[in-house]
Amino acid sequence: MKAKPVNHPAVEAFARQLAETTRDSVRATSVKVIESRKARLVDAFPDLEATRTQASQIKDFVLANISNLLSQLEMKCRLNGVQVHWAKDAESARKIILDICKEAAPDGGTIVKAKSMATEEIHLNKHLIDVGYNVVETDLGEFVVQIDNDTPSHIVAPIIHKNRREVAKSFEREGLGPYTESPEQLAAQARKHLRERFVEAKIGISGVNFAIAESGRLVLVENEGNSRLSTTAPDTHIAIMGLEKLLPSEADLPLFLKLLAGSATGQRMTVYTHLISGPRRKDEDDGPTAVHLVILDNGRSKVLNGPYKDILKCIRCGACSYVCPVYRQVSGHAYSHVYSGPLGAVLAPALEGIEALPELAKASTLCGACEEVCPVKIPIPRMLLQLRDEAMRKGVAENPIPWTLFTFGATSGLRWRTGLKMLPMARIAKHPLKDGWTEFRELPKKEGRDFRKWWNGRS
Amino acid sequence: MPPDSNVAKKSDSPVRVEARHRVRLMLTCLCDIYFGEVGISTVKILEHLNCEVLFDKEQTCCGQPPYNAGDWSAARQVAGLTMRALLESEDPVVMPSASCAAMIREGYPVLYEGMMHPEVFELGEFLVHQLKIRSWPVTTANPPAKRRVAFHRACHGRGIGLTNEQEMLVGSLPWIQLVRIAQGEQCCGFGGAFCATHGAISAGIGMEKLHNIMKAGAEEIVSGDMGCLLHLDGLIKKNKLPLRTRHFAELLAEAIAP
Ligand code: SF4
Repeated sequence: MKAKPVNHPAVEAFARQLAETTRDSVRATSVKVIESRKARLVDAFPDLEATRTQASQIKDFVLANISNLLSQLEMKCRLNGVQVHWAKDAESARKIILDICKEAAPDGGTIVKAKSMATEEIHLNKHLIDVGYNVVETDLGEFVVQIDNDTPSHIVAPIIHKNRREVAKSFEREGLGPYTESPEQLAAQARKHLRERFVEAKIGISGVNFAIAESGRLVLVENEGNSRLSTTAPDTHIAIMGLEKLLPSEADLPLFLKLLAGSATGQRMTVYTHLISGPRRKDEDDGPTAVHLVILDNGRSKVLNGPYKDILKCIRCGACSYVCPVYRQVSGHAYSHVYSGPLGAVLAPALEGIEALPELAKASTLCGACEEVCPVKIPIPRMLLQLRDEAMRKGVAENPIPWTLFTFGATSGLRWRTGLKMLPMARIAKHPLKDGWTEFRELPKKEGRDFRKWWNGRS
Repeated sequence: MPPDSNVAKKSDSPVRVEARHRVRLMLTCLCDIYFGEVGISTVKILEHLNCEVLFDKEQTCCGQPPYNAGDWSAARQVAGLTMRALLESEDPVVMPSASCAAMIREGYPVLYEGMMHPEVFELGEFLVHQLKIRSWPVTTANPPAKRRVAFHRACHGRGIGLTNEQEMLVGSLPWIQLVRIAQGEQCCGFGGAFCATHGAISAGIGMEKLHNIMKAGAEEIVSGDMGCLLHLDGLIKKNKLPLRTRHFAELLAEAIAP
């Protein structure tokens, strides 16, 4: 008799074929960042709990007043000379960006890119490359992702799943220099290659970490200097942001800069912080002559009006992934979406609809570590539960356990006690979860005394 | 994470509780099915501290298993029975599981939107914050031999704001030496039905935890939630590891003279 093939949920199936070296790489970085994160944040804020509450409330304010704040941002940007575009979905965002590119560089050529998850979300690179542009990722991690034809495995650390040897081999294959595993020399090789691209590029594309409604300033943080070059060397700078990436006022910025750096990389501050207030002025010698801001909806308005609204408070620090026990076992690619980890497990189905990703929310132990580290206190476990409920109600998720029998027993004391007496038989009975348990564990046995017998014997 | 002022401080002199409390025991389904000794220990502990313990034989389960699995209509039916029972009297309810306490405090208001949850306490929380016990009053004349113990903080304690309560009580036993485990804040990988539907991930997380515990030189894992213990014990036995699991209530009960 042939054994019935087991259908594992996607994340579990992915984990089963993942190389141990990949897991080791993910775990090593995750553990390191989480350890420095805590020390850094406790050091930076006398009362971290209160600080997170404050940040969370500022983001609540943003979501509650989002149309007004977006209008304010648009107006301020225009006054600053930044051209603002609204993109309702990925397709319109790609079209807006392509039109700008065609005008700025009609004959094609090089486009330098700073790290941006929003461009990953709309699959921008492929689109621009298809029409003939030479799109070059300039963030070291994203550069490796690009030459390896891979996708980011963490929203902050795109190559968290690779070790140094793998990166060294890719560099050698691409002819970037002699084989070396020294991080400094690898960085130097990439820098040399990328410098030339910065010089020839007419267009730079970046994301946005924070957009300040009060002033229209676009804030970018980074550690390598490539964002500075991408946004200032070419004549045209295109920035793209999800519409939730707002801060109300300039005064909010220091708090969020410190929280983001501490949570994302365990740093006091990132090496570079860019405050972009518009294109080159008359009295300035350099900087882009045109700055465009593309504000992306792509499902966000729908999320704003639904039960998963809080996920839009996210500032993309990636701490929830680093701390997540499941993420550490499976890496970001297991989530089959640009946004991975606990953040992705909520945001991806919220954006795409539960029908598209009905099982993703089940790939969690609900341990709550994500919520505990989240700088804006997003209740991720609660939303994972809501997603499970939604999937069940709509009948789009598989229900491996028929709860009817359990419910029948657990809704009457008498039936419950009768059930308890029959339990020893359950050890030999079939149960939908039994194989999944015994593949890795011994079946539990009742040990010691029975409580009810003991209690009855006392009185 | 909680600021330090919230972390219960250990003091040297055992406190005797003078006033007599009446408490209701919620056994929890896992104690009913597998962990009878934990329920018995819980009663002994509370009585040792001069509490009168009531037990309603009609109780079943808090409803968390179907709730976590996404079957909220099943969860509401089970929760309904438990809630009616809990609301029957004003006496505080104590249970040897943070997970079930979190279900009632955090889950019930989600299932029944905006509802006030009944007053329930996890055992360690009740001992430290209600009865003000900081150090366990040992009365046994035959203390067990010294041993090295790893304390695993069950994740659902987070949901009810538990920090080091259980650990502090266990650590106050003279024969227990608590060891520090690397990445102690990490989950054990149980996660209810998750442990079977996502077996490889769950076991991967659990084995990492056990590896860190053995590296710390412990021979015993103590925790406050039966789900974690059931899963870790299954892994230990399957892999024949030199470890055993205990609930913290059993350790405290061990210190009481018969
Ligand atoms: S959900 Fe919170 S922890 Fe996760 S990336 Fe967003 S802000 Fe960071």
